[in-house]
Amino acid sequence: MADATLQHTATAGHGLAGEFEAPLFGAYSKKVGMWLFLASDSLTFGALLFAFSYNRIYTVWPTPFGKDSIINATVMTACLLSSSLTMVMAVFAAQRNDRAWTRNWLLATMAFGTAFIVLHGMEWTKLIHEGLTLPGFPKPAGQDAGEFAKISTGVPQFAATFFGLTAMHMLHVTIGVIYLGVVALRKWFLPILGVIWLGATFLIPADNVFHYAVHALLLGLIVAAIILFLKPKVYDAHDVEVCGLYWHFVDLVWMFIFPLVYLMSTKI
Amino acid sequence: MATSVTAHAHAGPQGFIRKYIFSLDHKVIGIQYFFLALTAVWVGMFLSLLMRIHLLWPGVTLPLVGDIKPETYLSLLTMHGTIMVFFVLTTAPQGGFGNYFLPIQIGAPDMAFPVLNMLSFWTTFVAFVVIIAAFFVSGGAPLHGWTGYPPLSALQSAGPGEGLGADLWITSIAIFCLASLMGALNFLTTTLDMRAKGMTMMRMPLTVWSWFITAILGLLAFGVLLSAGILLLMDRNMGTSFYVPLVVVNGQIMGHKGGSPLLWQHLFWFFGHPEVYIAILPGMGVASQILSTFSRKPIFGYKAMVYAMLAIGFFGFMVWGHHMFMSGMSPYSAFAFSLLTMCIGVPSAIKTFNWLGTMYKARIRFQTPMLYAIGFVSLFVSGGLSGPFLAQPVLDIQLHDTYFVVGHFHLIMGVAAIFGMFAATYYWVPKMFGRMMNETWGRIHFFITLAGTYAIFMPMHYLGIAGGTRRYSQYTEVAYLQKLMPLHQFMTYAAIITIAAQFIFVINLFWSIFRGPKASDNPWESTTLEWTTATPPPHDNFGGVTPVVHNGPYEYAVPGAARDFVMQTDPAAGTTH
Repeated sequence: MADATLQHTATAGHGLAGEFEAPLFGAYSKKVGMWLFLASDSLTFGALLFAFSYNRIYTVWPTPFGKDSIINATVMTACLLSSSLTMVMAVFAAQRNDRAWTRNWLLATMAFGTAFIVLHGMEWTKLIHEGLTLPGFPKPAGQDAGEFAKISTGVPQFAATFFGLTAMHMLHVTIGVIYLGVVALRKWFLPILGVIWLGATFLIPADNVFHYAVHALLLGLIVAAIILFLKPKVYDAHDVEVCGLYWHFVDLVWMFIFPLVYLMSTKI
Repeated sequence: MATSVTAHAHAGPQGFIRKYIFSLDHKVIGIQYFFLALTAVWVGMFLSLLMRIHLLWPGVTLPLVGDIKPETYLSLLTMHGTIMVFFVLTTAPQGGFGNYFLPIQIGAPDMAFPVLNMLSFWTTFVAFVVIIAAFFVSGGAPLHGWTGYPPLSALQSAGPGEGLGADLWITSIAIFCLASLMGALNFLTTTLDMRAKGMTMMRMPLTVWSWFITAILGLLAFGVLLSAGILLLMDRNMGTSFYVPLVVVNGQIMGHKGGSPLLWQHLFWFFGHPEVYIAILPGMGVASQILSTFSRKPIFGYKAMVYAMLAIGFFGFMVWGHHMFMSGMSPYSAFAFSLLTMCIGVPSAIKTFNWLGTMYKARIRFQTPMLYAIGFVSLFVSGGLSGPFLAQPVLDIQLHDTYFVVGHFHLIMGVAAIFGMFAATYYWVPKMFGRMMNETWGRIHFFITLAGTYAIFMPMHYLGIAGGTRRYSQYTEVAYLQKLMPLHQFMTYAAIITIAAQFIFVINLFWSIFRGPKASDNPWESTTLEWTTATPPPHDNFGGVTPVVHNGPYEYAVPGAARDFVMQTDPAAGTTH
């Protein structure tokens, strides 16, 4: 890995020649940068999980999740785990310089990621209809007697930590899918993302909680466009590997959220 | 590859916008950060002046500002603290000088991620605009102090300024967190991956080490504050109760229940304690660099200095609980936090000892940067000594929320760090702008500022021991505090004089940038890499060649050498490091 051609992708852009000290971990700059970002992001999630545990310890915590929710969450977990596998395949394909299969595996990863988001969205919708809401949002009509409605008023921390943690994670998955799309399809991904954004704008009513996704998608579209404008190059094996690091991390975070939020709150 | 170096200096972008506004050059970004912090420090200082005036004459109507009501006083102290901590102490030493000199000192042409670097500055700028906007919205700026403790900070109806103003405050902090994360990422990657040949980790100048360790702290601390801020925004705007128990405000039951304000304190101080080291560590690096240069001696105990900084960074993450002794924590936890806090005294003492050892029996050149570096050591000791007092839970319960604490952290985190910045400014302005600063006015500025800051902050210790509470807007009506008013009077006069003296600095700075005598490439006869290149450095720092390093960073008074200093790029001197 640490041969002269790979060693300094960062300095190559300056048109400079010259020798540098070997990187401390033998890794190129982008990979080091991604690892460092993940270190920091794990503390961001760590703080949220700390807030969750702190509330859970000092409260009689409800355990409302029935069979439906657990099955759904298990399928979501399976999606994410499979997506990590396809991501590994994409990295392998990129390393043997196989453009077509790199793209195919990345698209498969995106498909699993999208399936995760859709399933998660359905789960949210179901829970909200059963009365699991944040105090600041309108309650669905006629749903103030169900179990989740009681929990929402009795232990407000339950809904707050559930939505807080899963929303943060869902945001990371969404960013991940856009990131993968940019790496896989480059500028051809922008019109696709544009269509998805337009669809979301017209299909999701303004009073729906998922309306926030419209803004997230628009922001992703703008950032992706800026990045593609600034760096209009073909992404190499390193770029695929770095975005793989991010994707595996998002997967790993779910492996904490799934047992803590779902499995430990199962109806027994 | 080394045999056939084709040196072709890369010309920078020529258009005004790409060259000075949205520049990717780390040097321009460093200067942008520097002037942003300079703007912020004037705002923060002006707010502190208003506070000092209000404490002495609560009823006075000021021109342009008008009356200062008690709640306005709380807004002033909140904004003073926040602006100073985030946009001055975090921004100038790291973003400003770190951005400018870290790549040059390790022999790199630029940061590892130039685009990220530019984004990080402009994100900081947006954060600054957002927090200044909090002054101008209905209700004004928030009241909850820079620590933002809930429930006060979590309830929209808790006071004037706790509405939109507090939302803007939190938003600004969250944006600032993102900017600092981008910056820290860049600093770390650059240091790890872009050192010139021969620049091993143990040959890096101590300034680089200090920026590196500061970046580690920033990387790990700001993410936690970001999460805490998001939860606070949810509490305020979505009705959740992470931080808010069942509370009654003005006879009205709020909709929250079951939350704990202590959660915020844990999350905030997990960030907040490393933050004070983020402020002071770059000052330590600059002081080491300058003390060694102007003493014409190698730094005493280079490795001990590095390990001491690493130890300070490590322990910095394990002592957040000492801010919470009053929160009713278990005495056993308090004991552990107290013990760990005392541990930080050891590396700090090692550093102080080494600074003194560097100056011992040296032929010291008392130029302005050196004066400020010595001032830094002095303030670091005086501010640091009150630390072990506050680390004792028993004493802390007496001294908590008194002026003793205010005096302590202003001396060590505020003024000592500012002295580090002054030292860095006088030391590096010749390299940054190609002009020398005026020496006479620099010395006058130093002596007034040193005497002035001691005159402001030392009396605070007596005030605190006598029971003078902090954050009260008026002491004129409280009988037992009435006797302490002469102290407040003295401090206010000292503050007015010290603030007036800062005009000397600013005029000297701007006059020198445009009219000062031209600086040579190495006016201080320093050894590190930034002094080997042109003044000011070209677009890619070294004119297309990468320097090769043969020596440690502080080879002064080397026996047998032709001069009394050996540059890092000179042929090997055959000494230590």
